[in-house]
Amino acid sequence: MSENVYYWHALNRALDEELAADDRVFVLGEDVGLYGGSYRVTEGLYAKYGEWRLRDTPISEGSFTGLGVGAALLGMRPVVEIMTINFALLALDAIINMAAKIPFMSGGQFPMPLVVRMPGGVARQLAAQHSQRLEQTLMNVPGLRIAVPATPQDAWWQLRQAIRSDEPVILLEHELLYFSKGALDTRAEAPPMHRARVHRQGRDLTIITYSRMLDLSLSAARQLAQKGIEAEVIDLRSLRPVDWATCKQSVDRTHRLLVVEEDSRFAGAGAEIVAGLSERCFFELDAPPDRVAAREMPIPFNATLEAASIPRPSDIVRAAENLCGIRSKQNPAKPAST
Amino acid sequence: MNRETMTAMLHDMLLARAFEERAAEEYSKGNIAGFLHLYPGEEAVAVGVLHACGPADYIVSTYREHVHALVRGIPANLIMAELFGKRDGCCHGMGGSMHLFDKSRRFMGGYAIVGETYPVATGIAYAIAMRELPEAVICFFGDGAVNQGTFHESLNMAALWHLPVLFVCENNHYQIGTEIHRHSAVAEVHKRACGYHIPARKIDGMDVLSVHQACSEALEQIHADNGPQFLEFETYRFRGHSMADPGSYRPRVEVQAFEKEDPITLAIRETLPV
Repeated sequence: MSENVYYWHALNRALDEELAADDRVFVLGEDVGLYGGSYRVTEGLYAKYGEWRLRDTPISEGSFTGLGVGAALLGMRPVVEIMTINFALLALDAIINMAAKIPFMSGGQFPMPLVVRMPGGVARQLAAQHSQRLEQTLMNVPGLRIAVPATPQDAWWQLRQAIRSDEPVILLEHELLYFSKGALDTRAEAPPMHRARVHRQGRDLTIITYSRMLDLSLSAARQLAQKGIEAEVIDLRSLRPVDWATCKQSVDRTHRLLVVEEDSRFAGAGAEIVAGLSERCFFELDAPPDRVAAREMPIPFNATLEAASIPRPSDIVRAAENLCGIRSKQNPAKPAST
Repeated sequence: MNRETMTAMLHDMLLARAFEERAAEEYSKGNIAGFLHLYPGEEAVAVGVLHACGPADYIVSTYREHVHALVRGIPANLIMAELFGKRDGCCHGMGGSMHLFDKSRRFMGGYAIVGETYPVATGIAYAIAMRELPEAVICFFGDGAVNQGTFHESLNMAALWHLPVLFVCENNHYQIGTEIHRHSAVAEVHKRACGYHIPARKIDGMDVLSVHQACSEALEQIHADNGPQFLEFETYRFRGHSMADPGSYRPRVEVQAFEKEDPITLAIRETLPV
């Protein structure tokens, strides 16, 4: 049975469920306890589970993430919350040099059941230092898994799967999704954590996207349908590993590929998706694959400029039309080569 | 101290010296590649500390950790095989010299990014404290590591939450080629711990008996639930930072003076009847 819940609430319920089920699970981060989390994700859990399992930390991202690594070595299942992904830059030593490496360097002696949750993305006028996406920084690290839930249902499934995983999992949550609602069926069987999902079927082109850009891509697809273009929309759900099979199956059928990402274009997630699918579907492609991405610039504070710096549904519609040969190719949003 | 422990410690110091000299030899022959950081001169610290802790305690070490691993009980052949990059090594050749791990002996790894041992040890201690177990964590680091942010961040958390960690500074006076007075505004490392109300002492790290005693006392405090403890051991490495370093930045007279205080000679004097 499905109910309509907020994204933050789905995460909250997933944590509650796992904290209750396994006493090795504990949550730590800035203001996750008494305060209840800056996006309410840990609301009510401190009162229920106490301070050792909902640990408010000092502002020391590098060390409290490393603390999670140390605890995971003893078989605990820490869930580290980094208040925003921008602060995760201070924790990259723990994530990249420790969590991703220890299982390998120890010759397989130590699994790494660590989850690091990071709200990120472009929200509303938080300025350049609080508007980063950074998925490409983590995608290039063997040893990590990266889940990018776009719906409350996936937030519920993927956080629980991440906590139960013996590999380090980064959960990239989008700040503008926390207060969006969607269906949640807590009894539905979860697909594998990395399985991509076809949200909309179509014959003319494949739009591959993830996180908040799913909503925009679906909205663009509806507009395209009115113009007679049927877009298939795939939510990756996972950036490492990528579910190539689901993507390839679609591109082999539509023969056109458009990737939509909120991060900047150069060396981004979209570059990897396009490269991976070009290798897999080269002879099926009827047009060069294209990407709709953010501009190559730090995100401006000004609201109009901020909105113009990342993809809008109209950008997706225009790129899709170009790809299908409806318009001549003239994309003013495309930056000069970097 | 009983005679048995003293003899066992002397044995381990001699084994440590022989192991490291052999590793240097194999490196020179080209049988060991990569970075190789050796321990001669510092044996009293590893041996004194690790003989004071029990099998239930956890060890977190640095990239200069062959001797920590050896004294903890990982067989010499498994460590040497790891230095050679062999499948038979304690990490199946995946870790190498700087990353020795042995889960069964609670040897929680050698970490080669300076300053990583603090948060790892603090996390292990957090897991122990959460479950109220009678265990402790030994966190090794050098004098060069105390200027990393993680030192301050982790000491703060360990003190704040009263965690069972023994912070062990192996102060050999040099971060690679930079002498401590050129890298630290406060060269008395143990004094920094007072910023977090962690009891700290400075001990002669060339004297294995002093090391053993100080460490036993500190662990007693930790097991009595008195929170983290901090020990600074003054020591000296007789070789360069790694096999690639001839150590030419150190005055010859300084090296010779410390060589006269060889911890093994001292331990022999203390152990054997005249």
